[in-house]
Amino acid sequence: MGHDVPGAGVARVALTDDAAALLVRLRDKHGELMFHQSGGCCDGSSPMCYPDGDFITGDADVHLGDLAVGAGPAGEGSAGEDSAAAGRGSFTVPVWMSRNQFEYWKHTHLTIDVVPGRGAGFSVEAPEGVRFLIRSRLFTDEEWERLEA
Amino acid sequence: MTVYAAPGTEGAIASYRPRYDHWIGGEYVAPANGQYFENPSPVNGRTFTEVARGDADDINRALDAAHGAAPAWGRTSVTERAIILNKIADRMEEHLEELAVAETWENGKPVRETLNADLPLAIDHFRYFAGAIRAQEGSISEIDGETIAYHFHEPLGVVGQIIPWNFPILMAVWKLAPALAAGNAVVLKPAEQTPTSILYLMELIADLLPPGVVNVVNGFGAEAGKPLASSSRIRKIAFTGETTTGRLIMQYASQNIIPVTLELGGKSPNIFFSDVAAANDEFYDKALEGFTMFALNQGEVCTCPSRALIQSDIYASFLADAVARTEAVKQGNPLDTDTMIGAQASNDQLEKILSYFDIGKAEGAKVLTGGFRAEMEGDLAGGYYVTPTIFEGKNSMRIFQEEIFGPVVAVTEFGDFDDAIKVANDTLYGLGAGVWTRSGADAYRAGRAIEAGRVWTNCYHAYPAAAAFGGYKGSGVGRENHKMMLDHYQQTKNLLVSYAPTKQGFF
Repeated sequence: MGHDVPGAGVARVALTDDAAALLVRLRDKHGELMFHQSGGCCDGSSPMCYPDGDFITGDADVHLGDLAVGAGPAGEGSAGEDSAAAGRGSFTVPVWMSRNQFEYWKHTHLTIDVVPGRGAGFSVEAPEGVRFLIRSRLFTDEEWERLEA
Repeated sequence: MTVYAAPGTEGAIASYRPRYDHWIGGEYVAPANGQYFENPSPVNGRTFTEVARGDADDINRALDAAHGAAPAWGRTSVTERAIILNKIADRMEEHLEELAVAETWENGKPVRETLNADLPLAIDHFRYFAGAIRAQEGSISEIDGETIAYHFHEPLGVVGQIIPWNFPILMAVWKLAPALAAGNAVVLKPAEQTPTSILYLMELIADLLPPGVVNVVNGFGAEAGKPLASSSRIRKIAFTGETTTGRLIMQYASQNIIPVTLELGGKSPNIFFSDVAAANDEFYDKALEGFTMFALNQGEVCTCPSRALIQSDIYASFLADAVARTEAVKQGNPLDTDTMIGAQASNDQLEKILSYFDIGKAEGAKVLTGGFRAEMEGDLAGGYYVTPTIFEGKNSMRIFQEEIFGPVVAVTEFGDFDDAIKVANDTLYGLGAGVWTRSGADAYRAGRAIEAGRVWTNCYHAYPAAAAFGGYKGSGVGRENHKMMLDHYQQTKNLLVSYAPTKQGFF
């Protein structure tokens, strides 16, 4: 997994309960899903949600982790290790970001939330009248040590 | 001071219909699926009209209309097309005030900006390309005495355009004017936050354009934007927006082998060298205005000067004056001509800006002014307002690296020229930049050293036609606002002609 970033086993990404509930509904409509974190103008800095594989990732991207949905409290650690939580209707959603953008973001933990609104772009949640939103916090010293390990 | 009546209220000079269909083949056409979505005004957060929610069926109908119109439109003489573009400009000018009010109501920006920038620039843009297409010439290369290469400009045919929500009419015109001048037919998808002001304009100029030359389909990106961008029936796609969607559009374009132009934003540095403060004069005043330009259009500009770099020896005094200048920005009813900053375009945009206040503070940046949502009273209480905000911090912080698209500037200091350029270029983007100095030589050296497509030198946020606009690095591909944009909408036809009676001699 050459695209995995250092410390991908430590939760870099998480999602709120509201965002998890939305992902369940969106998956019913669109099938398996993925996120790619955008940058730049207008709706830049928003996480874009697509049918998995619709956006082609490559060497220019890093895989930040997989969000586990339907596998316990969504707000808690949802990184790659939990992908074994198959069954019980649970699923995972990979989160990607451009490698060069990650260089500027890597010191922050990202939580995908959802707010009322109307994003542009091709993200699949926009027709629902809501928009995924990134909430960020700095990693704690303890988390940072694990990431650097 | 003038306060315009809100569309839909008594005395309003602009009025929206209660419902908008698609604009296809020169008339309103109901969406195939019968669905509509609500369009709230950011001024008060309340829905003022509903708009067709298009999908692939509607895109295909629009493409049918465009393909029906494209051959005849492409054959019109440049004189005829220039006359039409000039007539569109004249019609817009006659209705400038009305269009400005309509645009402000849909986008939330102050009416003094739509009156004095958005609409006059859009009008001039049509006139510029009317002139540019008349003056455009093909070329001839004399290969040898009896062999001539003729180069003709030909339209691409039918093109797709996806428009952002920050300058709904102006950004549409930036793309429409060159495409039409070059003889193309267009299927245009406005942003879902601002779907109707462009329809307001289309209705106004309906009698000037042959049916099907411009078609407007509204809807959500996933439902209407994707079938347009991925269609095998367009010969080019133009997009202004963010990087992930830009990449996605390139991926779709690669499947059809068509060109793209992309304008994807930036994180523009605005550099103030110490000689700016050599005198407390008109120029110093201009430089302070240049700093405060981050609040223009509520910061919702791809070239928002959202990183201010100030030289160390004037840092404290200049910044103190800049804070005072920022605090003098008058926020209020966007329809009041005295208002200098209006509402953010949508609720999610507001939420995103607030989330950046959180990460900015968490990273240790210091708030010098603002940093919160502006609570408005009365009718404006439901709108999306943010107080102009100045952060002080380091260029490695995320608020220095990401386009917040709000009235937020991140300020840091630099020691010398090389330091300024290093910090300015330490970004993924390269769309705009500002350089402020009284030294022509420093201005020139800085302008050439900054990796950005547009370096405003002792000015900022001017967008005249004839000044090429586009990005280096992650900011995109192509240039708008200049006659070179015609090339982005044309094929080159080469006729290689031999006038020699003798054979080539191979067989």
